[in-house]
Amino acid sequence: MELLSGADMLIRSLQDEGIENIYGYPGGAALHIYDALFRQDTVKHILVRHEQAAVHMADGYARATGKAGTVLVTSGPGATNTITGIATAFMDSIPMVVLCGQVASTLIGEDAFQETDMIGVSRPVVKHNLSVRHPSEIPEIIRKAYYIATTGRPGPVVVDIPKDMTAPNDRYEYVFPKKTKLRSYNPAIRGHAGQIKKAVDMLLAAKRPIVYAGGGVILGKASGQLTEMVRGLGYPITNTLMGIGCYPASDKQHIGWLGMHGTYEANMVMHHADLILAIGARFDDRVTNATEKFCPGARIIHIDIDPASISKTISADVPIVGPVDSVLKEMQSLIKESKVRPDADALASWWKQIDEWRAFHGMRYETSDDVIKPQEVVEMLHRLTNGDAYVTTDVGQHQMFAAQYYKFDKPNRWISSGGLGTMGFGLPAAMGIKLNFPDEEVLCITGEGSIQMNIQELSTCKQYNLPVKIINLNNQALGMVKQWQDMNYGARHSHSYMDSLPDFVKLAEAYGHEGIKITRKEDLEPMLKKALAMKDKLVFVDIYVDPSEHVYPMHVARGSMKDMWLSKTEKV
Amino acid sequence: MRRIISVLLENEPGALSRVVGLFSQRNYNIETLTVAPTEDPTMSRLTVTTTGSERVIEQITKQLNKLIEVIKLVDLTEGAHIERELMLVKLKATGSQRAEIKRTVDIFRGQIVDVTSSVYTVQLAGDSAKLDGFIQAIGATGVLEVVRSGVSGIARGEKVLSL
Repeated sequence: MELLSGADMLIRSLQDEGIENIYGYPGGAALHIYDALFRQDTVKHILVRHEQAAVHMADGYARATGKAGTVLVTSGPGATNTITGIATAFMDSIPMVVLCGQVASTLIGEDAFQETDMIGVSRPVVKHNLSVRHPSEIPEIIRKAYYIATTGRPGPVVVDIPKDMTAPNDRYEYVFPKKTKLRSYNPAIRGHAGQIKKAVDMLLAAKRPIVYAGGGVILGKASGQLTEMVRGLGYPITNTLMGIGCYPASDKQHIGWLGMHGTYEANMVMHHADLILAIGARFDDRVTNATEKFCPGARIIHIDIDPASISKTISADVPIVGPVDSVLKEMQSLIKESKVRPDADALASWWKQIDEWRAFHGMRYETSDDVIKPQEVVEMLHRLTNGDAYVTTDVGQHQMFAAQYYKFDKPNRWISSGGLGTMGFGLPAAMGIKLNFPDEEVLCITGEGSIQMNIQELSTCKQYNLPVKIINLNNQALGMVKQWQDMNYGARHSHSYMDSLPDFVKLAEAYGHEGIKITRKEDLEPMLKKALAMKDKLVFVDIYVDPSEHVYPMHVARGSMKDMWLSKTEKV
Repeated sequence: MRRIISVLLENEPGALSRVVGLFSQRNYNIETLTVAPTEDPTMSRLTVTTTGSERVIEQITKQLNKLIEVIKLVDLTEGAHIERELMLVKLKATGSQRAEIKRTVDIFRGQIVDVTSSVYTVQLAGDSAKLDGFIQAIGATGVLEVVRSGVSGIARGEKVLSL
């Protein structure tokens, strides 16, 4: 019988769970755990400079690999600093376990030094949280935490660990549970056969169908299934911002992503469709625009692992609760068996219409001989990296430009905070990816506002040699805020400009990295090439782009999906 | 529409706060809430009465079901059910009022459980409308203090909510 302290049990449980890297920051209540970490070398710990970044690193890793990320922090401020990161993961259903130290159980409730009720504080932004009440429970709790985080609709799980639970001299028998089962938690393992049959019949009978795929396809590892089915049907497909990469963007059936800043054709197709097949998407407000005007002629099939996502904002005609991959597999075999084929004439005239919409706008933007357009930077990056990089972003105009002009053919490569819209996400997320895929190109496309929200992580990059490429689309303004102020507030730019910007080149150099500043259009390509050629260096590329540029298309507020601004002057 | 949702919950610290937190986070309404352990001490039975449109009620039940510690739940108002609430109420009772109050308590099948020279404490069980009716019959001026348990409910007939 092996006797271990709670701290050793915790680390051993992580080993048994197969965890390789954890991201964190030590402090008083976590010191027993950090000591246990020190005495082994299987689980590697990455020391960040701010706990929020640890969570985003774990998140970036989770989005790129589909596995749960792991974070370790101390109590009080260490724990509360993780909240934005946890909320980011929660909104995008990212599997993650956050281990938080806590003051000793004897001190809880006494306003002890660095005490925060982390269970209470995190409750609204976690899938679940667990508290350790006896050291011997630790292996079971860790198993449970990963099980809950990774199954069903994934999400972050917080484990609160009072300091006395990890005391070095209290030793207990260590048994890591092989399986875990909760009587109150049974995520669906397959969809309802009758509903699936009904969905297939509707799908094959549709005249103006559209497949609307979301992040659930990527989380459910169903991109292959989806691509096979959609290609077989010959139907158009759009995806959400979170679903980018779930179907190859370069394929002609792909009509771009939809919603507030989606393509003209995707929004038009949605509005005029007679059938919407929604897969792992949640009809959120950035997609639907005004719900009462949403797609008036469409019947809706909605597949999701989470029943609460179905008919939440838009009622589904055929709801299917189940894992996307297994439901799509069943649908595909029913389609193959069925004698009914999609109506070729209807589909041909639907495609004719779609191609007209496509030609009408085609994601055009005005180019300039003098100033660098942010869109062309992204297009150039796509070309120079063969469309094969991992791209993380922060939040704002640069995020939309990145999503619009970098065409992703593979899932898990577009890494962006979609639901919460967290500035400061991009750099740490890129670091989490680079650490785990050292040979892959990892770009952080950001803006001068966002990058300053976690810029301290340039130090972590130096320590762990994480040569990501930071592409700073510098327009000297909080671009998206400014755009809204231009459009809705009479161009009164209340606090949307970035005054006193640092010299980013010197800043990068101060942290031991390379910095490149690009202000002239003719320097763009050679300088970007130069930056990308420095494989083993972090390069901060500070690019001065057109400060007056807006993101288009853009939904007209409170309109239907087809109501869009296509430029500063054209409204359809 | 008023609904009575009955929930079987893991009897664990923090489980109740998740249920209550859900209602405030998602802007749902709680009218009454009762909770106590069941015959199996590892489980609690929680009854919540709420109001909302069809869509809101559907979301409430789905979101409750999503909580990891919720084992099962049922919307009792979807079928035949029994609803009870317990009320303890202190009434001003002096002079000729005393007999009148006693009669009203009898009519409502309540019991006077404590007496002083000027106050009756009455215990009354029934559905919420009956308790409201009693207060109305007594008249607001005679009521010194009201304590209501909130609604408990159970389905009629063979149906049970259990593991």
